[in-house]
Amino acid sequence: MRTKVAVLIVLLAGLHLVLLLAGFFAPYDPIVQNREQSYAPPTRLHFRDGSGWHLRPFAYASTVVLEGDQEGSYQEDHSREYTVRFFVTGPRVELLGIYQSSVHLFGVDGPGRIFLLGTDAYGRDEWSRLLCGGQISVAAGIAATLITLLFGSAVGIVAGYYGGWIDEALMGANELFLSLPWLYFLLGVRAFLPLHLSTLRTFFLLTGVIGLIGWARPARLVRGVVLSSRNRNYVLAARGFGASDFYLLRRHILPEVFGLLLTQAVLLVPRYIAAEVTLSFFGLGVNEPVASWGNMLSTLQQYSVLVSYGWLLAPACALVVTSVLYSALAEVFHSRLKSHST
Amino acid sequence: MSYILRKLVRAIVLLAGVSALCFLFTEMAPGSFFDEMRLNPQISPETIAGLRASYGLDQPLALRYGRWVKSALRADLGYSIAYNMPVTPLLWSRAKNTLLLTTSALVLTWLVSVPLGVWAANRRGGVLDKAVTLASSFVISVPELVIAIGLLALVVRWRILPVGGMMSADSETLSMPAKLQDVARHMALPLVVLVLCETAIIVRHVRASVLEVLGAPYIQSARGLGVSQGRLLFRHVLPIAANPAISLLGFSLAGLLSGSLLVEVVCGWPGLGPLILEATLSRDLYLVIGGIMFSALFMVGGNLIADVVLVAVDPRIRKEGVDAH
Repeated sequence: MRTKVAVLIVLLAGLHLVLLLAGFFAPYDPIVQNREQSYAPPTRLHFRDGSGWHLRPFAYASTVVLEGDQEGSYQEDHSREYTVRFFVTGPRVELLGIYQSSVHLFGVDGPGRIFLLGTDAYGRDEWSRLLCGGQISVAAGIAATLITLLFGSAVGIVAGYYGGWIDEALMGANELFLSLPWLYFLLGVRAFLPLHLSTLRTFFLLTGVIGLIGWARPARLVRGVVLSSRNRNYVLAARGFGASDFYLLRRHILPEVFGLLLTQAVLLVPRYIAAEVTLSFFGLGVNEPVASWGNMLSTLQQYSVLVSYGWLLAPACALVVTSVLYSALAEVFHSRLKSHST
Repeated sequence: MSYILRKLVRAIVLLAGVSALCFLFTEMAPGSFFDEMRLNPQISPETIAGLRASYGLDQPLALRYGRWVKSALRADLGYSIAYNMPVTPLLWSRAKNTLLLTTSALVLTWLVSVPLGVWAANRRGGVLDKAVTLASSFVISVPELVIAIGLLALVVRWRILPVGGMMSADSETLSMPAKLQDVARHMALPLVVLVLCETAIIVRHVRASVLEVLGAPYIQSARGLGVSQGRLLFRHVLPIAANPAISLLGFSLAGLLSGSLLVEVVCGWPGLGPLILEATLSRDLYLVIGGIMFSALFMVGGNLIADVVLVAVDPRIRKEGVDAH
């Protein structure tokens, strides 16, 4: 169990680190277009040429075939090799939002290009977009989770601790939110908000909407814990000694809620990432040219693209990996929480 | 009876709450359908003001809400600005397809997951149990959008099934059974996606509740009395284990409807989903509100059915109803 948790946490930390330093791990600017390289397949890495084996992989430049029965497909030009180099200087990017850097993990000498996961319709590097888009999608998921938990636990604590009509009113609203089909609701709320905004404002709007709609379940759970811990003997004793509400909440009740909140957080993050991806997929979220996993996937709504350019499914795979890791961790946390409470 | 009555009152309160919430949001919304018209120099501000007045958009919120409720009670949910026709028939023509898809999915899900769950619980720790647990936790953790896109990619690549729409272009010329078959083939993909996602959730609950009942003392004594395993499972365990599962039916509806919206859009099924998405993108206010109300209505209706079934199978609830008096 311990090792499983450790492995999961290390994997998740690695994933987030790569996304956080997307500018370093991505060789190109995610919004720069290469019109002559539209829908280029993933660049193949070679170890062997006419003169024998090489230790360092290299790539060939590929160009689109303009005539004949292979029209539209890409063909490698074997006249020149482009060795893959590490820690190369490339386009200037911002790291962590503060630090300017032009060092990239890997790249090839110009005019060669390396597209690990191919390119999209505008010839933008899918790998770079995957990393930068992941940054936005995952950040949206985490931010929305924080909003949900803050709001939800505030409501849950107030309802559970004060009880009475406050509790009843809050739990009535709670039921309303719980019983709605969330996607319809999300679309509805989104419908009333402006469609085209700057990326930053869209991001805050999305996280706000997603986060606020999901408050009901954590609120209900937190309320349950608060309700049961409010009448514990040590809490009653502390109250007898004249402890204030605030002190009781902070010292005795919040610690009990913490484990629950952690589990909920791990459970909610992948769901909210999926919510952001879904909204952006529908064209209601992050707008082009800025990448997010959702708007990258939305080109697949054309069946021809879906069939012909399989590498554009990369964001879906990334989403699966992220969700599975988070869910596995959530399952471990959940079973631990259950065994603690019984 | 009073149990059902209480549930009915709750359902009405819920519908009222949803509609009030919708109107509250429209008031806070900064943009409107007429924004783009306003940018057009050929349309004068007076025309737009006139249009707004004709749709009643210039009146205060409470008045508008009151009027909307009054007409909604007469099954009139307002007027779609984009389609230039009343919302209700528009929604209803699409809602039928959503209902067809979701009820088929619901029935199929339960047909699959109840036997599977009972079997897995009966052979606890066996190969099937482990496989079911693993597969269901995988499917649950993969977002529905990805499942839908993945299956769509397979279907389109291998050309197994027709994709998009509800019937083929030449459907009019087909005979009745051929027509039905045509619709079924079009429905297969969205149906499979929905059933897969829902089964993963429900099978776990069925398994858990069967396991719980299997451990109960009266089951052990029945076993001691020599009741066969088959009879034990289907006569003694399942009726008791069905209770939490039936109340789950109500809860699972919300997930099913959300999933259906997504799957409809991805697979091109002409249900409520694509309509609402379109309405959202064009800010067709009353259409969006109407769509949400329809989905809430389905939810509430499904929950009520689940409650009626629950009353029918569980004597304890009938008793509770009597006690409440």
